[in-house]
Amino acid sequence: MELKTIQTEHVAVRYYEGGAGRPLVFLHGAGGLDMDLGFLDGLARKFHVYAPLVPGYGDSEECGELRDMLDFTLHTWDVVERLGLKDPILAGFSMGGMIASEMAAVAPNDVSRLALIAPAGLWMDEHPIPDIFAMLPYQLPDYLFYDAEAGAQIMSAGTDMSNPKFLQAFLVQNARQLGAAGKILFPIPERGLSSRLYRIKAKTLLIWGEGDKLVPPVYAQAFQRGIAGAEVVMIPRAGHVVPFEKPNEVIGALARLQ
Amino acid sequence: MRFTWFNLMPWPYLPDDFREKNRSVWVDIDSNLFDPVKSHQVYNNYLDLLEYAGKLGFDGIGVNEHHQNAYGLMPSPNLIAASLARRTDDVALVVLGASIALYNPPLRVAEEFAMLDCISGGRLVAGFPVGTSMDTNYCYGTIPGLTREKYREAHELIKRAWASREPFAFNGRYTKLRYVNPWPRPIQQPHPPIHIPGGGSIETFDFCIDNTYSYSYLSFGGYIRGQALMQGYWDRVAERNAPDASPYRAGFAQTICVGETDAEAEQLYAKHVSYFYNRCLHVYPGFADAPGYRTIKTIQKGILSQYAPQSMFQELPWKELVDNGSVIAGSPETVTQRMEDLIKKLRVGNIFCLMQIGDMPQDKCMHSTRLFAEKVMPKLRHLFPEYADDQRFWCKPLPRRATPGALPVEWEMGSPVGAER
Repeated sequence: MELKTIQTEHVAVRYYEGGAGRPLVFLHGAGGLDMDLGFLDGLARKFHVYAPLVPGYGDSEECGELRDMLDFTLHTWDVVERLGLKDPILAGFSMGGMIASEMAAVAPNDVSRLALIAPAGLWMDEHPIPDIFAMLPYQLPDYLFYDAEAGAQIMSAGTDMSNPKFLQAFLVQNARQLGAAGKILFPIPERGLSSRLYRIKAKTLLIWGEGDKLVPPVYAQAFQRGIAGAEVVMIPRAGHVVPFEKPNEVIGALARLQ
Repeated sequence: MRFTWFNLMPWPYLPDDFREKNRSVWVDIDSNLFDPVKSHQVYNNYLDLLEYAGKLGFDGIGVNEHHQNAYGLMPSPNLIAASLARRTDDVALVVLGASIALYNPPLRVAEEFAMLDCISGGRLVAGFPVGTSMDTNYCYGTIPGLTREKYREAHELIKRAWASREPFAFNGRYTKLRYVNPWPRPIQQPHPPIHIPGGGSIETFDFCIDNTYSYSYLSFGGYIRGQALMQGYWDRVAERNAPDASPYRAGFAQTICVGETDAEAEQLYAKHVSYFYNRCLHVYPGFADAPGYRTIKTIQKGILSQYAPQSMFQELPWKELVDNGSVIAGSPETVTQRMEDLIKKLRVGNIFCLMQIGDMPQDKCMHSTRLFAEKVMPKLRHLFPEYADDQRFWCKPLPRRATPGALPVEWEMGSPVGAER
């Protein structure tokens, strides 16, 4: 994968590009792309992959003009437009799934294939999504990974999660990235999508880790109820970060949209 | 020097094992720990103490805003200030302050502050905090990354509302109003003095300098730890070529306990100081700083240990709290000497005296307050004589003010209304 830049109306956008085949735009989750680069490499063996960073993620510029859901939705359409793509497969993980859903709902005739991987965007009072904004670094692995202990090792790159150097870097990154994500996820990751889901016309796959403790699989059914003809692919022995934990299974599912 | 007697209004009935059994005193604190019936007495006790301080020669009595917080029982500081406006006479009402970004529309603050100023005869000192992340983001749901933009817009609306003499349209991003025309408007012109509580960001320093607002640092960490931050402010005042470096451009909150002797101070107050520092300040670190609330620069400067897993609970002892300046405590002589040290080192003209501490009972609080008013305050009044005439950061009450409760004699029952009496 190659890291590149394109300019949109409001901001310079960084994106990964690689592979060949049918174009697929992958929208990352609130944690960014760092952990999913391996998954993207695998994906690039089957698709021509474009994975833009939300402004503020990685080394990309923040964008004050992105304030609400409509801004994020239209911004991401701007990115697709600038990439010169027409009706790419739209895939999004977690927050990215929320953005992809909104994109498909506002422009239903421009998206014919949609993959939502453990997407945010809906809220059920009886199944509250845990508040990632109030979590301390060491608490995150429990919610993100099927194997929390291994997850902690991965997140801290092997160092102790109370190591000040790790914390410093983590918190600065968190402030930029989750600061941007908070505009559509804080304090409740829902911005009215449920009333727009019916507009989606795309063939839709809902891909979920069976052991997801952040956006529990009961949300798969809620999305399925809202999107006509949507199919659920439940992946065993996986938590929320299913593209990271089960890349081959997720890529296998996505291949059905070829 | 100006001294404001400040009451945070802490809940005094947190159990001994509060810290072990609860993750936070703030945001998601156990609702069962609040007893509405007991609170009736608590609120009235605290109001009595504020009124008491108002009679002892303090320049101001102070209140502030917190939400879902067991050490601050004032979600609405303006309600408390309104009650004080009627029961006090010449003391300033320092509302430090109303979190302007949290009111919808923020015009509400312009109206309520104007009401307070009118009822009190121009005794309002107004505060416009951004609000802590706990209050603003976690309790009131403001999006962290938009908090400051929303704050700036609210500030602009309030200032224009106070200044304008005709209705105007306000087309903000967060507030849209066709007819801004607040009734009433404040007595103090062009507006009541404004103090901004801040936590060290350069943006807030500049905001104060540009608008001639007083910058106040309200921490519980004490003056020794507060020095670096205040120095940063004064450096900025110099850098920005502010017309002067009046100490009244700054304020500082300090926990203070006065006894007849150093030993008496410890014996009387140590328990309550411990209650405050060890129970009331037990805030879950996950609520301290929502991502996007602070600037990157501030985080890079900050202390990170709080984000690591907490393995052990350490009780902060009296001696440590006194030595490190979190608490200024002792005999009037000791307190005077340390207060002078604070005032000079931080260069602050406004002192917010935190004297009702934790679960301190009224009689002890009155003892400490009286000793401070009679034996400490007079010895500090002379500081910064060259700025004695600086009135920019303090209220300007009407020279003649109404007397509450001064009704005329009632009409006699049965006599025709309006008849000669």
